[in-house]
Formats: sequence, C-alpha cells, structure tokens
Amino acid sequence: MQHAFKLDVVNLTCERGDLSLFTGLSFELAAGELMQVQGANGAGKTTLLRTLCGFIQPVEGVVKWNGQDISEWDDGYHAQMCYLGHLNAIKDELSALENLQMGAGLAGFKVSEQEAVNVLRRMGLRRKEHLPVRVLSQGQRRRVALSRLLIGDAKLWILDEPLTALDVGAVALMQELIGEHLSNGGMTIFTTHQPLQVAGVQTRELVLS
Amino acid sequence: MNKLTMLGVLGLVIRRDLLLAMRRRADVLTTLVFFVMVVSLFPLGVGPEPDMLRKMAAGVLWVAALLASMLSLPRMFSADYLDGTLEQMMLAPQSLTMMVLGKIIAHWMLSGLPLVLIAPVLGVQFDMSSQALWVLMLALLLGTPVLSLIGAIGAALTLGLRGGGVLVSLLVLPLCIPVLIFGAGAVDAINSGMSAVSNLSLLGALSLFALVFTPFVAAQALRISME
Repeated sequence: MQHAFKLDVVNLTCERGDLSLFTGLSFELAAGELMQVQGANGAGKTTLLRTLCGFIQPVEGVVKWNGQDISEWDDGYHAQMCYLGHLNAIKDELSALENLQMGAGLAGFKVSEQEAVNVLRRMGLRRKEHLPVRVLSQGQRRRVALSRLLIGDAKLWILDEPLTALDVGAVALMQELIGEHLSNGGMTIFTTHQPLQVAGVQTRELVLS
Repeated sequence: MNKLTMLGVLGLVIRRDLLLAMRRRADVLTTLVFFVMVVSLFPLGVGPEPDMLRKMAAGVLWVAALLASMLSLPRMFSADYLDGTLEQMMLAPQSLTMMVLGKIIAHWMLSGLPLVLIAPVLGVQFDMSSQALWVLMLALLLGTPVLSLIGAIGAALTLGLRGGGVLVSLLVLPLCIPVLIFGAGAVDAINSGMSAVSNLSLLGALSLFALVFTPFVAAQALRISME
C-alpha cells in the first residue's frame, strides 16, 4: 500500500457535444486536501467530476492517480475512490438497510446488519432502517446515499452536489464527516452551491468559467 | 483489496435482481401473461382443427416466446440506469462483464424460465404429443437464454434513447432468427418421426457461443451508453 495518495489533473480539455467546456485545466490534489469546484450552471462541473471517475474520456490531457493514468489502472483506482452523483443509486423497493448492504456488496465490502444499522443511525436515519426507501423524503434518501461513504476505505471522495435536499443538521454532519475523512488522509473534491466549511481545513477553490 | 471472486459478483447481482423482482412482481407477470395470451389467441383465431394446430404449434409458441422476451428486454438495464445504480456498478472494483452476466441470468430466470415452465400447458391446447412437449421444453430451455444474452447487447446499446423499446426489438429480433428456426425445427423433426438431436445440439451451441461472447460485448456497449 502506498501512503502518499495523489490525484493529478494535467492539461485537461473536455467537450460535451461540440461545446468546449474547459481547456488546459491542471490541478493536483493531495491527501488531506479539500477542493470545491465552482462555476455557473453548465460550466462543466459535473463533466469534470465524471471525467475524474473515468466515465468520460477527455479530449486532451490526463487524469493521474498516484502518478498513473486512471485509464491504465485496472480496478485499483476505483477501489480507492467513491463517487456520489446527482442520482442517489438507491432502489425504492428496498429498505435503507438493504440498499446500503447491496451498495457496499458491489464495492466488495461485506457489511453485517449491525454495522449497516450503525452507519444509518449515524446518518440520522434511526428507526428508518427497515422502511422501503419509497416512503422516505428526498433528504432522507440523500442521507441513505451518503451513508455509502462511511463504508470502506476510499481515499478519494468525488461528490457532486452532496448537499442537495439536506437540512441544516445533515449539512453540519457532512462537514464533520468530510473533516474526519480528510484527517484520516483522505481527499475530497466536490461541487456545491451552498457554503461548506470544514473546521481546520482550507477549502481550495477551482473556478470553471 | 476489496475484490470479490467472479462467482461472488455473479451471485450478488443475481440475488439483488431477484429480490427487486420479488418486490415488483407485476413486471414478471406481464411477460408471462403476454405469452399465454398470444399463444391462446391462435386456436381461437384459426379454428379448432387438430391437424393444423399440431402443425403450427411449435412455430406459434416460439414466435410468442420471442415477442414476450422482447417485451421485457428494455427493462434489463433501464431501472439501474435511471437511478444511478449502473454508474456505481461501473465504478465498483469488480468485473463489469460478470455483473452484466449476472443481470442477464437474473433476467432469464424472470422472463425465460417461466415461459419454459408454462409452455407444456399451452402446448396441450395445440394437441401436441407428450414427446413433442418434452422436446419443446428442452428446446426452449436451450434457446431462451440466447434471447436474453443477445438481447442484453441491444438493451445496452439503446439505453437512454427515446423509443428504445421498439429499437431494441428491431435490433435483436433478426439476430434471434436462428434460435427460432432450430427451436421450431426440433419439434417438427420429432413430429415427422426424425431425431431432434441435431437441432437441439445447434441450439446448445448457440447458447454456449452467446454465453461466452455477449456479456463482454454488452458491458462495452454499456460503457459507451454511459458517456
């Protein structure tokens, strides 16, 4: 296991359709760092995050994880990252608990019922564990989705609008969780239109225009 | 490293899809009811002459099975695509091909296997002999997996397109013609006193061939659809 985790973005150019979103974008993110991607609607925030995940091939430039192009990593890169997009990736028919266990299972983690319940309680879903997600509110669904971050040991969190639909208490909880993650040597890159401050960490800003 | 074994991935995805289907039974029943209805309409439409019914039984059952499985194809990936689960599957450090294979097997268990099991009951409506019924079941058992396997490629390619449901049928049906020919041929052979082995072997070969190649191709098609 290497200890110095690092994400390098070198001279990245992305297009959607014929529209050029950004050109020559470079930055690096080291362990313990927090980066907020800012920009107007349509500036390419989601495209940038999806490119970092490897869903979208950049027109030019490379994304490197620990010095190696992410397209050359086998599954090793994906094992060390966790992406949370606009979509919650949870099933209405399953309970919060089942959703979490299935999600973790696919990522390769076997989670006992007790562990999963503890995680859900931490996310403020006490007594909602066995309810089908269908009956939960939007904010509670988001909490179910976010609870996946607490399973496993992903170093890189890529969060696309993590605070959507969350109430004040949950936003505070997210700040706390990100803080813990960073102090454990993790790194986070996220987009949001709400202010998100993590105690003791300088938020780096990346502005797309 | 949090990597599951191939069988682990397969088992997990199949269990998950079956659990989801249990919570959403209407989808499974639609395919089955459609199959039963289409097959039952024929004796009503063409009249109750046993000779003619016996002759067309295999063809009718196979065409109905083909159409019924087309009906359920668009659902193979669309729910996972719409709620973001497919994204997470691609990011999971597991083999996407095995996950796709798991989804195909689950899809077959929910849309192909019920057809195989109900087919003998429907065959009786056509006055098929018991030997022909056995061959029909065996042929469906060997042939319906091909429909799910090839269908997966079509479903993956048309993901997120408008009118994808019709498009997937147009893409997949022509590729399924060999299954129809050998499947119906097996029953015809038995009826005319010949051996059905050659037809069944060809169906089995098609099945194995599709099993080896299609999950990988479907996985690549999904990657393209996700961009």
